[in-house]
Amino acid sequence: MSCWETLADYGLRSLGYGERLLPRDELTICQQVVLIGSGMLWNIYFGVLSVIVGFMLATAVALGKASQSALWRKLSEWFIFLFRGSPLFIQFFFAYFLFLSLKSSFPAASVFTSAWSGALVVLILNTAAYSGEIFYGALMSVPKGDIEAADAYGFKGWSKFRKITWPTMLRLAWPAYTNEAIFLFHATTLVFFSGFPARQQQGDALYYASYFADKTFNPFIPYPILAGYFILLTLIIITLFGIVNRRLNRHLPQNDRPRLKLKPRLLR
Amino acid sequence: MCTDPSQLDQFSWLACYLTTPKHMALYWSVGTVLSLLAITAPAALLFGFGGATSARSRITPLRWFGKGYIAIVRGVPDIAFFLFFVIALDQGFEWIRHQVKCPDWPDPIRQGNDFIVCAAAKMPLGTAPQWVHETYGFFLAVLTFAIVFGAFAANVLYGAMRSVPHAQLETAAAYGMTPRQTFWRILVPQMWVYALPGLGNLWMVLIKATPLLFLLGVEDIVYWARELGGAKTARFTDYPHADWRMWYFFGLLVFYLLFTRVSEVVLDRLMKRLTHGQATVGGEAQRKAA
Repeated sequence: MSCWETLADYGLRSLGYGERLLPRDELTICQQVVLIGSGMLWNIYFGVLSVIVGFMLATAVALGKASQSALWRKLSEWFIFLFRGSPLFIQFFFAYFLFLSLKSSFPAASVFTSAWSGALVVLILNTAAYSGEIFYGALMSVPKGDIEAADAYGFKGWSKFRKITWPTMLRLAWPAYTNEAIFLFHATTLVFFSGFPARQQQGDALYYASYFADKTFNPFIPYPILAGYFILLTLIIITLFGIVNRRLNRHLPQNDRPRLKLKPRLLR
Repeated sequence: MCTDPSQLDQFSWLACYLTTPKHMALYWSVGTVLSLLAITAPAALLFGFGGATSARSRITPLRWFGKGYIAIVRGVPDIAFFLFFVIALDQGFEWIRHQVKCPDWPDPIRQGNDFIVCAAAKMPLGTAPQWVHETYGFFLAVLTFAIVFGAFAANVLYGAMRSVPHAQLETAAAYGMTPRQTFWRILVPQMWVYALPGLGNLWMVLIKATPLLFLLGVEDIVYWARELGGAKTARFTDYPHADWRMWYFFGLLVFYLLFTRVSEVVLDRLMKRLTHGQATVGGEAQRKAA
């Protein structure tokens, strides 16, 4: 079987298209590269959606934590504490079994017992807590002078937030937020190891990598392939976030622009 | 009193239920997690110190090795390393023992999808009792954690070593200290203040990584929570109950929240202690506040 046929058979296997049976013996490198790559689709799906939705929720959480009202402040603080203080792995397990028990009383909750939605909810809440804390820190370091200048120009309420506070907050938070986004993508590999079932062996990249490692009893091929994919993904994220970073800092003189640097990790 | 659970009232039923031998195993596995932390933290620090030192070395291959070791923390999900190292280390040990114990073995070790070493090189030996197997599994997990977290620690310590003011090292050189003396007497004592925030962060991360023990095949709290929580019928146990896994994992969630919270408070105190009297912004702020 040529490599192109393998690609046609297994390229979308993680989504349930193509060949039903996974290869069992005489596993070629090509099969491993194709299937692990196919699994990456799930990592990208989880990562992209939770970054987008989590970003909006994180802004709300940061504003809540900085709010005058004690209720919102406490609520945001507890939310952040709950999701940052416990392992993501346990959160996945708990959420899965929570949805399972909800299923008996609310049939609608059965949607969330599958990975594509249930794990996504957990990831969104988790990244919202981590990024919320980052955004809150940035919100607190918005220069006082910027706000005073905005007041002097007559900016008020929403337009002050939209045009002055928010862009500055994003600009300050962006390097840390880039880091968070990268590790969120890495965290997506936990999904199929934490209760959420991989229906008909449709799993993510790590799921297939460990499948191959178990089958061939040789970890030295599938895991480096997985590592290669993730390094590539990390580089793409850095590039995309770098473009946004340049846009956020375009008004600053060349030398003052912060450069994005991959910092030591923030595993969860 | 627990002889006939079906006759008990709710409270004593629960008390009896929570003290069954299997639940005792769950409580013991908390000990497993704590001992993993107690062994891994210093081991990772040692690995990290080695990594950071070799990344600063003047010997080029050693420096490459150190930098490469630090670089593995970037770009690749850590859980992939966990899954990788557990098998790779196991096979590595068996391979070495195979080379030593059975040098005349004719067949190749890798045959298709099999990894075959001679019987004397098996780790642990096939005849070994169960506890040896479990201890070996735990040892592999500790080593894996130490390698991965050692890389994180190396990153932190490398940064801390570079944060020590350069003038300090130049002064040491001016006093005629050898590089070795400068390193041990000037650099190492001063770097800890710079390293502590990073190491504290790492400690929290390490706590939150302990449930991954489950993936490494150790019977830890996640394993027992899944075992004990599953629905039980009256045929197999004296304590039949519905699917309670949600409550077990809720318990684990609370356990970890408390654990990280306590660590946070302790680390804060420690940081306050260490900054006291230091010539840093934090130390200066403390002086002014007093």
